[in-house]
Amino acid sequence: MNVPILQMRGITKTFPGVKALQDVTLDVNRGEVHAICGENGAGKSTLMKVLSGVYAHNTFDGDILFENEPCEFSSITDSEKRGIVIIHQELALSPYLSIAENIYLGNELARNGWVDWRKTNLEAAKLLGRVGLSENPVTPIQHISVGKQQLVEIAKALSKEVKLLILDEPTAALNDEDSDHLLDLILHLKGQGVTSIIISHKLNEIRKVADAVTIIRDGKSIETLRLDQGQITQERIIRGMVGRDLESLYPDRTPNIGEEVLRIEDWTVQHPQDHSRMVVNNASLNVRKGEVVGLAGLMGAGRTELAMSVFGRTYGRAVSGKVYKYGQEINTSTVSDAIEHGIAYATEDRKHYGLNLIEDIKRNISMAALNKLAKRGWVDGNQETTVANHYRKSMNIKAPSVAAITGKLSGGNQQKVVLSKWMFSDPDVLILDEPTRGIDVGAKFEIYTIIAELAAAGKAVIVISSELPELLGICDRIYTLSAGHITGEVPIAEATQETLMHFMTKEKE
Amino acid sequence: MSALRESLGFLTSRLRQVGIFVALILIVILFQVLTDGILLQPQNVTNLVVQNSYILILAIGMVMVIIAGHIDLSVGSIAGFIGAVAGVMIVHWGWAWWLAIPACLLVGALVGAWQGYWIAYVGIPAFIVTLAGMLIFRGLTLITLKNQQITPFPNELRALGGGFLPDISGGTSVLEWLTVILGVGGTAAILFQALKERRVRRKFNLENEPMAWFAVKNGFIAVLMLIITFLLASYRGTPIVLIVLAVLVIVYSALMNNSIFGRHTYAIGGNLHAAELSGIKTKKVTFRLFVNMGVLAALAGLVFTARLNSAQPAGGTGFELDSIAAAFIGGAAVQGGIGTVAGAMIGGLIMGVLNNGMSILGLGTDYQQLIKGLVLLLAVGFDIFNKNRTGSGGGSSMGRRFKWKTTPPATETSTPAKTEPVAVDAK
Repeated sequence: MNVPILQMRGITKTFPGVKALQDVTLDVNRGEVHAICGENGAGKSTLMKVLSGVYAHNTFDGDILFENEPCEFSSITDSEKRGIVIIHQELALSPYLSIAENIYLGNELARNGWVDWRKTNLEAAKLLGRVGLSENPVTPIQHISVGKQQLVEIAKALSKEVKLLILDEPTAALNDEDSDHLLDLILHLKGQGVTSIIISHKLNEIRKVADAVTIIRDGKSIETLRLDQGQITQERIIRGMVGRDLESLYPDRTPNIGEEVLRIEDWTVQHPQDHSRMVVNNASLNVRKGEVVGLAGLMGAGRTELAMSVFGRTYGRAVSGKVYKYGQEINTSTVSDAIEHGIAYATEDRKHYGLNLIEDIKRNISMAALNKLAKRGWVDGNQETTVANHYRKSMNIKAPSVAAITGKLSGGNQQKVVLSKWMFSDPDVLILDEPTRGIDVGAKFEIYTIIAELAAAGKAVIVISSELPELLGICDRIYTLSAGHITGEVPIAEATQETLMHFMTKEKE
Repeated sequence: MSALRESLGFLTSRLRQVGIFVALILIVILFQVLTDGILLQPQNVTNLVVQNSYILILAIGMVMVIIAGHIDLSVGSIAGFIGAVAGVMIVHWGWAWWLAIPACLLVGALVGAWQGYWIAYVGIPAFIVTLAGMLIFRGLTLITLKNQQITPFPNELRALGGGFLPDISGGTSVLEWLTVILGVGGTAAILFQALKERRVRRKFNLENEPMAWFAVKNGFIAVLMLIITFLLASYRGTPIVLIVLAVLVIVYSALMNNSIFGRHTYAIGGNLHAAELSGIKTKKVTFRLFVNMGVLAALAGLVFTARLNSAQPAGGTGFELDSIAAAFIGGAAVQGGIGTVAGAMIGGLIMGVLNNGMSILGLGTDYQQLIKGLVLLLAVGFDIFNKNRTGSGGGSSMGRRFKWKTTPPATETSTPAKTEPVAVDAK
């Protein structure tokens, strides 16, 4: 029953100086889950913006046929009228409004301009039932988790009688459990006749839900793989995305592990608002010279919170515990103290916490260690450029020059700028929080190589990651966290995804 | 031909920076014609400089505060308050000018520290703290002056507002030679500096402005400086306050570009969280910015008082708005992180020429305010429009820096760009 619901033909979209999409073809059949894969900047999101009317019909070339009728959308409203709803990566919910209000935002159930609250809440409750979310519709959005917010977005889409649901990296911010739930929901909706397009970096998810995969590379549609023809395999998708076979996803390295560099003992952190909650509870861990140590845990386990509270108390309150470096207790209660003691923390959210996006590459690289470039408070601009050029070359940052604005770089290149910044601060311990989040496969390999080189250069590296294969691929030892407790310490030789997951879901006491 | 195309491409990519130059030239020409040439008469140019000096001094501090993502609504009241303090110290207590001036600057620093404390360490938004400060220091001005003006001031202080450098030719020649020497020397220094920076950029493989634009821009700056020099020299020479202003512009431009403090200011305005997580002591930097603003507001108050030869209860009213407008017309971004001292000076000059030109034409303050308001709205509106137009391919919050010397132009024709295309994140 391969009836096409959507046909996009010859889509070409140009931005000043950049051809974002070039003659792209996309065919989606009714009732299927269609994945779109591609490296960052390949044009996936642009294609979806073209489809949903974010880019008006006269700003690109090509034809869109939806249910065999041509579409000429000028705005999102137009596409929503036809039953095409897009859920963006960054959720578009208003934190202070209730779940029900958010669902009907812009589409209020009203009589003569006055909102019918009874009906709004009743209908919202029904929709929540359909997406399997047991929350009171009057609960403010800010009080529910990101995973649940994602479900509210889908409920909102359902309220618009969606025929084609577009999800842009829906699980990027979710833990495994919530991700599974969401993927099940997508399959469930498929059973009810809702067609979905899902953009994802996570190949295992694609294998789980997708009936077809269209691969986009450099703004062109490369091929469409179909499940019923047995074409959807990880190797095949990766090959299509990067245009080459990846022999190994991780670089080879022989660890050369030395003395202990950093030890954290009995680390306990209170939640900044909810004082009864211990986000990190009595955690102890250490990392040695030349070692890559992984921190695994589900969302909310306290990995980032542990790292940030150690790094200058940038998270939490009433932090207690001790930090030792080379056996000596050190004080890391401000960020500058931590940096001075040779600790660096590269955040998981580089856009909000890692980079000054309106500033150029060289000034971002020098930001954490300007004093190394300065004499009596005055910065030596030439030396700064030399340093930045050095990192641009050694880290392979793709940019016309170090004076390029970081906001215009791709995710992978931005991450390399963040890493350069911390390498320039010359730390002994690097804490890398989700270093490959939102980065395409090719750039991920480069980041892994950089991590391996750092360890080889005698740095102690702690990697926080939600992707277990990644931790298994690059670490020498992995700690698991669950609800703020360290629940396991696994040497790499004994680690498998199953053992790690076992510890990550273990409840202490 | 290709040079022309290159320059045109460059100009469209930096409409804002080019636009403000063109706007200033057009406004000057417009008023020169409308006022039958009065605008650029030597005496009027001297007036223009002296009249706007205190706004320009305030605009230096203001653009720094705005770059850090804050605002200061209290500078007019602080300027008025310091005028009152100077009146009490000098006229009532009989303090010497050399004691009173540093004392006034110190009071300004304390005022700034007071506001900086609430903003940086308590965490109240600057808008609220300085709105309160606007009322508090206006009130203190009235209390200090007991609602009456204090006058007259001794000549040494008045020189700060209306004095000139001594005529070394002893008044015998048509042109005042010291001014000519300073003006020509200053122009040469600026050109030399621009060439040096261009050479350094080439050495480090950073994109340079197209030669044509570089030549036009610096040629224009040089001609402008020489014209002003000539006009000043044929009247009474160099106003002392112009020297003060020139020193401030040089020092603060260097501070913002090359000092750790300046870099941290840009970093805080560009992304506060990233700055914090990079070990920048954001509260300390914010505190110092407001202390600095207080000192500059005090200086502006002294100049203004010196010029009027009286400390007035309403002195400084509205200065905050003119200096904020100058910073924004000069390309500072409301969200912070973007702006330059040089830009704020151009913005201030545009406001100044508008004020002066309309006054000569005899337009009342009613129309003056109307027109100034529209100019501010158009300038920032143009900014936003331009940002939306050029930023559609990249991230959302891209802004173009209005910067004279060091920001690289994003030319599409620079050679490395061809071999290594910049990956544009389409999200």
